[in-house]
Amino acid sequence: MNVVAKTETGRALGDAFAVVRDRLPGKGKIADQRREAFEAYERLGLPHRRIEDWKYTDLRALMREVLPLAPAPDAAALNRAAAAVELRAIDGVRRLVLVDGAFAPDLSDLGNLDKGLSIRPLREVLDAGDAALSAQAFASDTSNPMIALNGAMATDGVVIDIANGTVLAQPLHIVHVASGATPTAMFTRSLLRLGRDTGVTLVESYLAGDGAKAYQTHDGLIVAIGDNARLDHVRLVEDSVDAFNISSATVSLGAHAHFNTFGLTSGGHVSRYQLTVTCAGEGSNVETNGVNLINGKQHADTTLFMDHAVPHCASREIFRAVVDDRAHSVFQGRIIVRPDAQKTDAKMMTRALLLSDDAEADNKPELEIFADDVTCGHGATTGALDESLLFYMRARGLPEKEAQALLIQAFVGEAIETIASDALREVAIATAQRWLQARA
Amino acid sequence: MPAVQETVERVRRIDVDQYRYGFETQIESDKAPKGLSEDTVRFISAKKNEPAWMLEWRLEAYRRWLTMTEPTWARVDYPKIDYQDIYYYSAPKPKKTLSSIDEIDPEILKTYEKLGIPLREVAILEGVEPPPGGPPSPSRKIAVDAVFDSVSVATTFQKELKAAGVIFMPISEAIREHPELVQKYLGTVVPTSDNYFATLNSAVFSDGSFVYVPPGVRCPMELSTYFRINERNTGQFERTLIIADKGSYVSYLEGCTAPQRDENQLHAAVVELVTLDDAEIKYSTVQNWYPGNSEGKGGIYNFVTKRGDCRGKNSKISWTQVETGSAITWKYPSCILRGDNSSGEFYSIAISNGYQQVDSGTKMIHLGKNTSSRIISKGIAAGRSQNTYRGLVSAHRKATGARNYTACDSLLIGDKCGAHTVPYVEAKNSSATFEHEATTSKISEDVLFYCIQRGLSQEEAVGLVVNGFVKDVLQQLPMEFAVEAQKLISISLEGSVG
Repeated sequence: MNVVAKTETGRALGDAFAVVRDRLPGKGKIADQRREAFEAYERLGLPHRRIEDWKYTDLRALMREVLPLAPAPDAAALNRAAAAVELRAIDGVRRLVLVDGAFAPDLSDLGNLDKGLSIRPLREVLDAGDAALSAQAFASDTSNPMIALNGAMATDGVVIDIANGTVLAQPLHIVHVASGATPTAMFTRSLLRLGRDTGVTLVESYLAGDGAKAYQTHDGLIVAIGDNARLDHVRLVEDSVDAFNISSATVSLGAHAHFNTFGLTSGGHVSRYQLTVTCAGEGSNVETNGVNLINGKQHADTTLFMDHAVPHCASREIFRAVVDDRAHSVFQGRIIVRPDAQKTDAKMMTRALLLSDDAEADNKPELEIFADDVTCGHGATTGALDESLLFYMRARGLPEKEAQALLIQAFVGEAIETIASDALREVAIATAQRWLQARA
Repeated sequence: MPAVQETVERVRRIDVDQYRYGFETQIESDKAPKGLSEDTVRFISAKKNEPAWMLEWRLEAYRRWLTMTEPTWARVDYPKIDYQDIYYYSAPKPKKTLSSIDEIDPEILKTYEKLGIPLREVAILEGVEPPPGGPPSPSRKIAVDAVFDSVSVATTFQKELKAAGVIFMPISEAIREHPELVQKYLGTVVPTSDNYFATLNSAVFSDGSFVYVPPGVRCPMELSTYFRINERNTGQFERTLIIADKGSYVSYLEGCTAPQRDENQLHAAVVELVTLDDAEIKYSTVQNWYPGNSEGKGGIYNFVTKRGDCRGKNSKISWTQVETGSAITWKYPSCILRGDNSSGEFYSIAISNGYQQVDSGTKMIHLGKNTSSRIISKGIAAGRSQNTYRGLVSAHRKATGARNYTACDSLLIGDKCGAHTVPYVEAKNSSATFEHEATTSKISEDVLFYCIQRGLSQEEAVGLVVNGFVKDVLQQLPMEFAVEAQKLISISLEGSVG
């Protein structure tokens, strides 16, 4: 590991941590874990391009510093947040809102909880001192500096438990909103635990309130999917174009469990999503899909780590990036098949579409195979829109932008189609449409 | 059943311990004192009667090397190398000045004969029978430069090549006889500061081949260098420089073997290729250094930097490699596609068995307009080996119309080995079209069953499938090498069945 000289901002943050420490929920063991996590972060500092996993997303150059912790939202902040939430409301979901890194009960929908469903704010859980749960929430890998930082600083989040045998018809929707009072950083961490034979749909979205600009979102999600359970997950990043979104999700699957996730990133100045999925039970099935629609000077990075630890599991990854102007899209996907994970079936496909000469797309699909009886493959392509197809459509009277829009829609369609819920698929399509219309 | 006995016999014949080129030649040699210092560099330079500029160049590299650290990013694992415990120069003791090939130490000639490398031009011309056990005598003429430990011992067909204007000689001679060419090109593709092993090589390289093909000349025969490590505790650091001037063409072959020893020996070579306008270089390697025994003891550390620079318009560089030997391979033959319309190719078969570790691949750097590249890589992992493909394809902002196709497939034989693919695909130009695909699988049981049912033995069936798997690459090899390579593949896959 490279020895990294501590930067000014690194020191400043160290002091900041000392200051905010008492504001952070959780005492005793949790406080110790936070301190350890912060020390782990301090050792590494903000990741930079000399660290292989961050080669294409150099946070020292892009983000430079971690902003001070956001203050708890006041009434005005909550109002601005409420307006933003309404604007992107999704029908028929149970909404759970986090404003500036704090759970907002008044904006959330906690009434009439289904049988077997429990939702609690993380702060409450930590203050109550649920030892087993706190341990799970803070057990994350501290070798990744940004996950460590998130663990150290997390102020709030939601803890969702789904009891064995419960299948929820109503999707849960976690909304992260930056109210936009001052440029600050919010740190949230949420936990979702699915028991045996359960089923749920989780939507996560990241929004900015009116006037919110260069804020930072640091989010972490920890998911445990029990045997025979199914989680459908849709993630929409619509942060302000000056914002930073550094998020991670750690998902583990039990036997015969199913995880279907789709992420769409159209907002944010710099976003990085680190998804780690572990097939820990035999016969589990993972579908990981994503779309980046970026322009201007946006930088969007999806880093996926697919870990096949046991035999007879299958995973599929479909990733599409549409990159316009001077934007930069990054996809790093690593599939690892452990020595015992025989009969693994893993496929990954990543494609990038460059719409401008200044756009950049970097793809790094990786395979690490230690078992012999497997079928694994990956593919990566990069290119521009097909000139002959464009010509065909224009010859039939479509304006150029419209013809391009049609082709782009078809390009990202393959990934969007994988969303299981019709209603959520429509939401993703609508988001893509908005992006295309803004382009025209 | 008789078939069982036959199977056992067959497997024994191709065991990894049966490395065919593992013998040692008893010969007196002249060595530099053990260890590395400025004095070692001066010693080598003095041995070679080098001009002052060359010594300066080496010393600069050496000083640079002292400031560098050994790279650790590759997926290879080996005990720390003690750079002071290596002889950096070893040469067979010359009896007197040589005027013809007959005056070479007969022991050395015998060595090459055993390896099946014809050093006697006459022998080839008259079509003398190949030595028993060796590969068949080539049907076409091949000029050979034979490098034994640190020095070149013989270069054949020099007269004939001279008539065509082609310069083919040991690089140590070229430094003295063609300093202007060497100075102009040496270190321009792989600079002395390039990486740890290349810098080490720049400081202590002892010999290697130099080729210059003048404008418009199609080299009349294949050129070949055969590297042999013989001496104990030595490192081999050769340096090859090939320049194809405007509109010329040359095909170059490289082969390597080493004796079977319990110690690990270091081989850190640098190969630089330069093609000017409309020129083409085809570079083929059959790398068969000693891979270590079946317990993973011994074997060569093969840390090689190979790079080609398509400097001119419409130029082309093609790398073909068959990697079966070495305990550790760390090698990424690359192409810098600088000239407009230039193209690069990389065809590779990397076979690992026993405890071998291979981390190999290529880099295709698209800088010019309408450049194209093609990568076909086949990795076969068996035994307890780890086989990694690591590659980069990148298009610079100005590389409009860049085109790449990459296919890397891995085949796993047995459940103790690993196959990995680490491609980097970087596009900074919207008109660049890159395609990459990779697959990993094991030999399908259905296919094996089909073959066996039709009367093939298990080994034959595996051999058939593997040969089919690597066919795309083998086809790129010059004929003489293809035969050799096919044999190597069957040797390397010893005991991997089942």
